[in-house]
Amino acid sequence: MSATNQAPTPKRSLWDYHAIFEKNSIILVLGILVAISIGGLVEIVPLFFLKATIEKVDGVRPKTPLELAGFDIYVREGCYLCHSQQVRALRDEVERYGHYSLAAESMYDHPFQWGSKRNGPDLARIGGKYSDDWHRDHLRHPQAVVPASIMPRYGFLEETPLDGAHIADNMKTLALVGVPYTQDMIDKAQEDLSAQGSPDSPGVADLQARYPKASAHEFGADKRPLTEADAVIAYLQQLGTQIDFKIYDNKANIR
Amino acid sequence: MSQTLSPAAAKTPRFGEIGLAGVLAVLALLTAFIAVKAWTPGYAFHMVVLCLASVAGIYAIYLRYQKREAAWPPQELDGVPNYNFGPIKFCTLASVFWGIAGFTVGLYIALELAFPDLNFARWVNFGRLRPLHTSAVIFAFGGNILLATSLYIVQRTSRARLPGDLSPWFIALGYNLFIVIAGTGYLLGITHSKEYAEPEWYADLLLVAVWLTYFGVFLGTIMKRSEPHIYVANWFFLAFIVTIAVLVLGNNAAIPVSLFSPKSYIVWSGVQDAMIQWWYGHNAVGFYLTASFLGMMYYFVPKRAGRPVYSYRLSIIHFWALIFLYIWAGPHHLHFTALPDWAQTLGMTMSIILWMPSWGGMINGMLTLSGAWDKLRTDPVLRLLVVSIAFYGMSTFEGPLMSIKTVNSLSHYTDWTIGHVHSGALGWVGYISFGALYCIVPWLWNRRGLYSLKLVNWHFWISTIGIVFYISSMWVAGIMQGLMWRAYTSLGFLEYSFIETVEAMHPMYVIRALGGFLFLVGALIMAYNLYMTIVSPDAAEVPESRPSPQPRLVPAE
Repeated sequence: MSATNQAPTPKRSLWDYHAIFEKNSIILVLGILVAISIGGLVEIVPLFFLKATIEKVDGVRPKTPLELAGFDIYVREGCYLCHSQQVRALRDEVERYGHYSLAAESMYDHPFQWGSKRNGPDLARIGGKYSDDWHRDHLRHPQAVVPASIMPRYGFLEETPLDGAHIADNMKTLALVGVPYTQDMIDKAQEDLSAQGSPDSPGVADLQARYPKASAHEFGADKRPLTEADAVIAYLQQLGTQIDFKIYDNKANIR
Repeated sequence: MSQTLSPAAAKTPRFGEIGLAGVLAVLALLTAFIAVKAWTPGYAFHMVVLCLASVAGIYAIYLRYQKREAAWPPQELDGVPNYNFGPIKFCTLASVFWGIAGFTVGLYIALELAFPDLNFARWVNFGRLRPLHTSAVIFAFGGNILLATSLYIVQRTSRARLPGDLSPWFIALGYNLFIVIAGTGYLLGITHSKEYAEPEWYADLLLVAVWLTYFGVFLGTIMKRSEPHIYVANWFFLAFIVTIAVLVLGNNAAIPVSLFSPKSYIVWSGVQDAMIQWWYGHNAVGFYLTASFLGMMYYFVPKRAGRPVYSYRLSIIHFWALIFLYIWAGPHHLHFTALPDWAQTLGMTMSIILWMPSWGGMINGMLTLSGAWDKLRTDPVLRLLVVSIAFYGMSTFEGPLMSIKTVNSLSHYTDWTIGHVHSGALGWVGYISFGALYCIVPWLWNRRGLYSLKLVNWHFWISTIGIVFYISSMWVAGIMQGLMWRAYTSLGFLEYSFIETVEAMHPMYVIRALGGFLFLVGALIMAYNLYMTIVSPDAAEVPESRPSPQPRLVPAE
């Protein structure tokens, strides 16, 4: 600036205007707020309004009380840290796991469980691939079933009785954030919980009327209390099975 | 400052003391009530902790009142601002403690992936320890060093004392209480399951209270400044504080099941939740681990090198470009998923453009050493700072590369991502923090210098070798696994089952754990060195009022 003595009128450079931000803390904060808002607004807000974001499909239903209890345990144990639930639209993934995941399939997951790392395989289509007994053995001692597995043992799940006392409260909260649980579903939560654990119980028909295609499992719920392992298995066995891909029209949902 | 400074003035409790003690009293009663009626033992335990913390807070306010002067602390002593360093010292020590804890947990979970028998109880299973590791290093280690350095730098570069009396202490202690609640929660299975945003609703409420106070104190210091310009480091810290507040509020929006339940459900679901999560997640990287640490760079590198910041104009351009562009990058975590293609492509495009402002920061930091490169031979602390900038440059090149869909189809879900994160976390965030700690501890405790520069040298080399082991093994592991997943036989069948790819990773996991072990050893050497610096009798006291040159930022011409 010492050389400006000769210049009669020092030109005001564009850089000088930045002093507005450097000298007024509130203007600086407002500038930051504007700068960081644009990207988020552009990328997030349309997802709530563009109809094509979530495919129109038949079959996706809210989780039954037992499956929801399993989902909550899945969250609690941090399963998402090693298992994704998102088959990408890539040839090898579709051949390894099944049809690529649709947005509709996780629309009732609060929060989503897509995951970000596969220390173990993807679970988006695990439902129905193995028997309930296989899952029970595998949770208890993964290495007994898959010797090279690095999964922790979850034997404590089958030793812990399922605490289903508050499952209706959980469903009520989920109804508040948009899961279509009806008052009937919430009122009958306890009945549905135990009905899904014993296929011969008379409540199974009611359960399946409320939750189409929900399958009851041979957990012996009529003889013993349900365990946490039962809930997790019920949750895993429905993953990726709700949409019938034989009749799903891929082209109708090209985005 | 309206009160008289006369020493004879009668001591009365201040409004803030009564107010905070009152709030804490209400909180203590409320948490005690919830503890009695809590639905789960883990939640009851947390409420007891919060209740005890509130009572301890009231007692601490009382003790402080007993000891303090009637008058407010003076704003200036002998013509120099009377800087408030108490909470900063606390956060500095806390960051060293949490750093060691977080690195140790990281080493343990690395070993769990190599030797799964280490998952011997539900509390130490990988799924519960992994969030403990990430939160301990990012929010506890990183968060405390950020609180310490940002509150130090804003005072120094504004030549003003922190405003508020109890609020700086509320920030330091409240933040660490949040860490304890969050961390013990993961072990007990209390989690949102949103990566890097796992703490449940009541921990989030505490965090929001602390964060808003932090924003107020930081902005208040800038408003009180006696320098005409806001120093560049403070732009970055402000962007960090503001953006993290927005991100946390957006991503953690949740409805608790009951006041008596730790469980809450996130408002968002499915594909929208995925987008919001990675809008948050990527900008936790962008603002918590980048913008703020760039603020640190803009203070400590020029100070340590004794050179002005390389370019004022570059700092303006890269500041605005960086904070504008980072926000867009989230969708690159969701390539080929059910997120609509337009969002994926937009995220990828912006991620590639983001390379430029990132390197703008790297160039500005590196070239600040112009004319002082010789110091790299003699000053291992400066070497840590410069190598951290080099790692920043490397990982901000690797990031845009991995955000390209073709590359991402290979790298995603594999350990390449883990390696990428750690070259940024260990190399950039770790090293700039270590450099800052080595600078700030002698300054805060009025020591002439560090206990031992030789030990800094050992720290540097041991942990650098550790990082090399870590990231190279993860490159090999990630690329190998990605290629194995997509390998086909000549007959057109998938060549490897999933478990074969897991088996192939074992040697890499062992090497990675070795790298993490070396990094931990380096950090332990640092902790010893800093401890000896603080307690060492032969590190002579130097008067605090010694002239401390400001890092120069040449104003606009």
